[in-house]
Amino acid sequence: MKSPLRKNKSKRLPSKANRRSVRRAAQAARRSTNGRTNGRAKVPKFKVLGTRPIRHDGADKVTGRAIYTADVKLAGLIHASMVRSPHAHARIVSIDTSAAEKYPGVLAVVTGKDFPNVADKIAELGEGAVNLAHLSANCMAKDKALYKGHAVAAVAAASALDAAEAAKLIQVQYEPLPAVTWVLDAMKEDAPLLHDDVYTDQMGKVGKKPSNVAKHLIFEIGDVKKGFASADLVIEREFKTQTVHQGYIEPHAAVALWNADGHLTIYSATQGAFTCRQQTAEVLQVPVSQVTVIPCEIGGGFGGKISIYLEPVAAMLSKKSGRPVKMTMTRQEVFEGTGPTPASFMRVKLGAKKNGKLVAGEAWLAYDAGAYPGGVIGPGCMCVFSCYDLPNARVDGFDVCVNKPQTKAYRAPGATHAAFACETIIDELAEALKMDPIDFRLKNAAKEGTRRVDGPVYPRIGLVETLQAAKNTPHYKSKLTGKNRGRGVACGFWFNIGLKSSASASVEPDGTVALVEGSTDIGGTRTSVAMQLAETLGIPAEDVHPKVGDTDSIGYTDVTGGSRVTFATGLAAYQCGLDIIRQMSERAAMLWDCKPQQVKFDAGVFRNGRKSITFKELAAKLPETGGGIIGRATVDPQGATNGFGAHIADVEVDPETGKVTILRYTAVQDAGKAVHPSYVEGQMQGGATQGIGWALNEEYFYNDQGRMTNASFLDYRMPTALDVPMIETVIVEVPNPAHPYGVRGVGETPIVSPPATIASAIYHAAGVRMRELPMAPYKVCKAMMEKASM
Amino acid sequence: MKDFEYAAAATLDEAVSLLAARGERAKILAGGTDIIVQLREGLREADLVVDVKKIPEIMTYRFDPASGLSLGAAVPCYRIYEDGDVAAAYPALADAARIIGGWQIQSRASIGGNLCNSSPAADSIPALIALGAACKIAGPEGMRSVPVEQFCTSPGKNVLRRGELLVSIQFPPPAAKSGSHYLRFIPRNEMDIAVVGAGAWLRMQDGVIAEGRIGLAAVAPTPKLAEQASRFLAGKPASEETFRQAGELARQSASPISDMRGPAQYRLHLVGVLTRRALAKAAERAGA
Ligand SMILES: Cc1cc2nc3c(=O)[nH]c(=O)nc-3n(C[C@H](O)[C@H](O)[C@H](O)COP(=O)(O)OP(=O)(O)OC[C@H]3O[C@@H](n4cnc5c(N)ncnc54)[C@H](O)[C@@H]3O)c2cc1C
Repeated sequence: MKSPLRKNKSKRLPSKANRRSVRRAAQAARRSTNGRTNGRAKVPKFKVLGTRPIRHDGADKVTGRAIYTADVKLAGLIHASMVRSPHAHARIVSIDTSAAEKYPGVLAVVTGKDFPNVADKIAELGEGAVNLAHLSANCMAKDKALYKGHAVAAVAAASALDAAEAAKLIQVQYEPLPAVTWVLDAMKEDAPLLHDDVYTDQMGKVGKKPSNVAKHLIFEIGDVKKGFASADLVIEREFKTQTVHQGYIEPHAAVALWNADGHLTIYSATQGAFTCRQQTAEVLQVPVSQVTVIPCEIGGGFGGKISIYLEPVAAMLSKKSGRPVKMTMTRQEVFEGTGPTPASFMRVKLGAKKNGKLVAGEAWLAYDAGAYPGGVIGPGCMCVFSCYDLPNARVDGFDVCVNKPQTKAYRAPGATHAAFACETIIDELAEALKMDPIDFRLKNAAKEGTRRVDGPVYPRIGLVETLQAAKNTPHYKSKLTGKNRGRGVACGFWFNIGLKSSASASVEPDGTVALVEGSTDIGGTRTSVAMQLAETLGIPAEDVHPKVGDTDSIGYTDVTGGSRVTFATGLAAYQCGLDIIRQMSERAAMLWDCKPQQVKFDAGVFRNGRKSITFKELAAKLPETGGGIIGRATVDPQGATNGFGAHIADVEVDPETGKVTILRYTAVQDAGKAVHPSYVEGQMQGGATQGIGWALNEEYFYNDQGRMTNASFLDYRMPTALDVPMIETVIVEVPNPAHPYGVRGVGETPIVSPPATIASAIYHAAGVRMRELPMAPYKVCKAMMEKASM
Repeated sequence: MKDFEYAAAATLDEAVSLLAARGERAKILAGGTDIIVQLREGLREADLVVDVKKIPEIMTYRFDPASGLSLGAAVPCYRIYEDGDVAAAYPALADAARIIGGWQIQSRASIGGNLCNSSPAADSIPALIALGAACKIAGPEGMRSVPVEQFCTSPGKNVLRRGELLVSIQFPPPAAKSGSHYLRFIPRNEMDIAVVGAGAWLRMQDGVIAEGRIGLAAVAPTPKLAEQASRFLAGKPASEETFRQAGELARQSASPISDMRGPAQYRLHLVGVLTRRALAKAAERAGA
């Protein structure tokens, strides 16, 4: 048994092997950031981009001074507790709040009746859209509880303990209904029906009978039948994945103050202040101008903190009590009441020629949406074949309601499932054709001009370069020896979108710049955005002081999601910088008595002929040349920046227990331009780690009443530091043509590859093809025993 | 969670009378790594929490190769594995102490608390069973002693009656040519509750196993002694084949359930694997 030994080791310093891999990773990173790129364009020399300054929010974070929502204290603050459905599916017959209202210290109680009826209306939330009626009912159930943990009432009291005790006194009478939690069961004709007003929408054609299947998407290119007919080898397989949670370390929290003047102020752990404002205003039916959202520091989101949960409830309790109200969730509430990512059933088929060329693909994907329609099936369909040049393909996707919490985005939403299926078959094809799995992928890799099954044609992308870099890693070139060990590889793709961002910045007389931007910072983006402004202005990163603004102090900015912030908010910062340079040039012209057009700016210095003045010197002269300067920009870039990755894993499988130990792991990814390479590596390592958790042990267990039985970090098994080796990283830089510095997003792509990578490694170690996630010891063991008895 | 009273008893008598007066509404606090979590999560309720760490008998820690180990019920785990003599005399106990939580937990958590929490998956109990330890209990009627394998009665329940508390755990003196081991299977490498735990103790004589004991966790409503498998070992050579057969017999004494920690079939399979591995290591330590 390995575990006790490994644990002892961890109590000391990192092992020699670990230190070695840290060094190796650092070397790889240095290599990748020394200006070596694989792009066609000539690489500009950067002064700030590609360096690794200390993060601006670092001191606050490591000293515990950073203010998270649960830290917010306001005069007269009271605390609230939620009452949640114990049933997976039940009609709410009645709610008696009288005993709770009489409990000492209680100041307000709310139920679904206190919330306005919101009409069916679709609101765009940047990354994804939401039906407002469903959003409202998800925050506080009205007539039906659709999953265990569904909020049905809330109590606010002087102390959190009082609120919790009073919540126990709320009497809810339920009429339990049959529940359905597995996606294929929910698709059956006779399945328990969640909604009587949801009909299957098949590409605009709407069904006649209510159904749990909210959507049937179809994408098609080429001639699939002909394609498969021309194949020498066709492999079709079925895959299953279980519900997993984003697992952010900070539980949801919100503080609301509905002031006597009608203005509502909300402090929230949200990924997007503006979308939080929009959702809350809609659910409460007040104008957005009546709501200010102040985003606090955020302890992880991964897509799960885009939707609102507590905000309108805290607001309504505040309105009723006249006090500011704080709500925080327990971990159990987070697991049972907030968006996990779907469980899925997938059938995927690929056909190839003997020469290794893929000719056709077909995918049938059913993802559960949880309690309300609008899950992540769309991106799943778009991503399933996104790494390959596949001339003939068809994808059918189903969005299916089940009695589980409404699914939400989770880092590359929908793509990890699909890649697990597609990449596993790619691995099987490569094996059957006796080709190196990277060579096989290189032969079929999507490139500039490749059309994806859902329509878009790729601009310049970096998959080929990424695969080549993977092939050249010391890891892939090393020989793996030893019993029960195997190596796997897999690719991954995520769009990395644009959308709306704003930035404004004022030039200080000491030559520094105060930057306000609208993107809540989950991954170090404050610094990455500040660095792009610094690069543009030719000043050090430390001379830009970034701040995330609230909804009253910065222009509209979409959510932090879709790996868009470093790209889009960075673009806003760049344009904001150009605006500052334009205005500063006017001041220089004033000093030199020339036309502003005659002033040239380069690398932090304004010049006209032999006259020159540095940014800092000119900043000092602003007070005497007309006062302060504020630069500003709003941007709305469209389309995707297309991030590709390739992962390599070596594993060892215990032949008797099925436990998988990851011996070595390398993530390779095209970042376009790594603005702050440490953050890029951090994203790659973090994404890979989450993917490893998904691959090996994470899953929601449900009992036969549809109740989750492992709603804690004890039994919802995310990887610990002892379960993941040092993840080596190689950054590839193929500049994004749509960004002045070549930036592509990086945050999501790295979660996509791990399950398929590890499945392939397990196969090569133990001879079993795992087609169900998680590949937990009990499943691997079963598969090995079945194989042995065959 | 509601407010509760707290009392730090200074003597056994004081603790016994506090507990006898409040019965079920009083809860004992040793390291608190189970009870505080359970109170906070509403899994248990208390009007009075009685801290026993000020009672000298409950903090005793006495080892003598001739008379064995007397381990006070609230002595934290780290004391055991940091004590080279005790860790060498009772390796299975040290194995268990080393894997209960991380070192923060081990600085507080006690073997007595692990035993009294009476989880079917408790990591120390199979080791205690294998080592033949006994529980010394104080109560309104005085002291009594119960073998560890008879202490737990169902998940979270044990033989302690109103007013009773565990004072110490008594280990027999280490026998010559004996060795022991405890190991568990968990899906991760930390922060998991045993899917199956197996403790084994062997004493060698004249080149064969003179006697052996196997304790199992997470395979029944209580941790248990695998009696048949233990008896089988006497007189057998310390070989892979013996251990494999003992593993088969141990499976027969297991009646696991399926839950989020593992399906019953898998647990049964693991009983065989872990029993074999525990015995092999115990034999190695016995110098077989
Ligand atoms: C992060 C974490 C990790 C953990 N990991 C493990 C693990 O790997 N393996 C494992 O087995 N456990 C684990 N535990 C559980 C726990 O740490 C152990 O069970 C520990 O041994 C309990 O000891 P304690 O002294 O803290 O007990 P306490 O919490 O003080 O008490 C436990 C129970 O015993 C009762 N009790 C305590 N002393 C007496 C006494 N003298 N007489 C009668 N009743 C008494 C208490 O009332 C309570 O019901 C973990 C807990 C945490 C929080």
